[in-house]
Amino acid sequence: MSEKKIPIWEVFIQPKTGASFQHAGNVHATDEEMALQNARELYTRRQEGTCIWVVKTEHIVSSSPEDQSSFFDPADDKVYRYPTFFKVSKKAKGL
Amino acid sequence: MIKDLLYKYVLALGDDALILGQRLSQWAYKGPFLEEDIALSNISLDMFGRANLLLEYAATLKGNGVTADNLAFKRNERQFTNHILFERPNGNFADTMVRQFFLDTFYKLFLQKLTESKDEQLSAIAQKSIKETTYHLRHSSKWIIRLGDGTAESHAKVQSAIDSLWMFTNELFEMNDVDNEMVRQKIGVNCLSIKSEWDKIIDEVLAEATLKRPEDIQIITGGREGIHTEHLGHLLSDMQYLQRAYPDAKW
Repeated sequence: MSEKKIPIWEVFIQPKTGASFQHAGNVHATDEEMALQNARELYTRRQEGTCIWVVKTEHIVSSSPEDQSSFFDPADDKVYRYPTFFKVSKKAKGL
Repeated sequence: MIKDLLYKYVLALGDDALILGQRLSQWAYKGPFLEEDIALSNISLDMFGRANLLLEYAATLKGNGVTADNLAFKRNERQFTNHILFERPNGNFADTMVRQFFLDTFYKLFLQKLTESKDEQLSAIAQKSIKETTYHLRHSSKWIIRLGDGTAESHAKVQSAIDSLWMFTNELFEMNDVDNEMVRQKIGVNCLSIKSEWDKIIDEVLAEATLKRPEDIQIITGGREGIHTEHLGHLLSDMQYLQRAYPDAKW
């Protein structure tokens, strides 16, 4: 089996029940079951997770580096989008 | 008397795990691709962990200062009582996966029964091990299907592996005096009682993989009596080298 022909899958691990899935890395696999098993072998050997997602890398839609300025720069000068911009009243408890 | 038989029983199970762990470790850095290399090493480590539990227990039963390390590294091949299938060479990847598939299926059924053992230690070891073996079987059975139902070449290789290893599978279900007494004491497993379930799983997977089940023409046994194929000695000389050359070396 030539490694070049084996598709690549992205692996997402849920660290604990209810938590968000986090990108862990990727694996080679020829089918869904192998992708899950390989992800388990590579990324959960030390009980890192409670659930695994795998998705073929080719199915991920990515923005391109050229998009960077139009996508992200407009947020630059709008500090009021950060919660820290606003003063919190000292009377407000439990925020 | 019972304690001596229990020792032999536990030792045989420990030898199965140790020898398979050593065999699988020979794949390390030689796997067909990185992920599978790690998968085989992980299974190997599971087997070493199980061997450690069983040989520690066997050493306790034996007493006289015997340790698990003594049992692993200072017995010769005639004193090892693993079933022969466990020591069979890795061969190609299909050979290894077929060996693993036959053994995982057997051990999954065996360990399920062993969890009911009256012996608390054995029952606890079985409960821990069954989780590992359930995963190992999932891994090996999927590979049998992938290879069997894959290309003409992979199909031919996995069928050839099945044909050459089949003669060693009947030994798994043999019952000797130790086994029979352990069953009478409600400590051990009656392997005859899991044969039909083993057949069923094997047949289902082989059918899905478009592979043929061989006939029982030739049956090779003797492992539990210490009679092995020529391959075990080579495996032991490698595994035991350090303790033989530098007795009681520690690091």
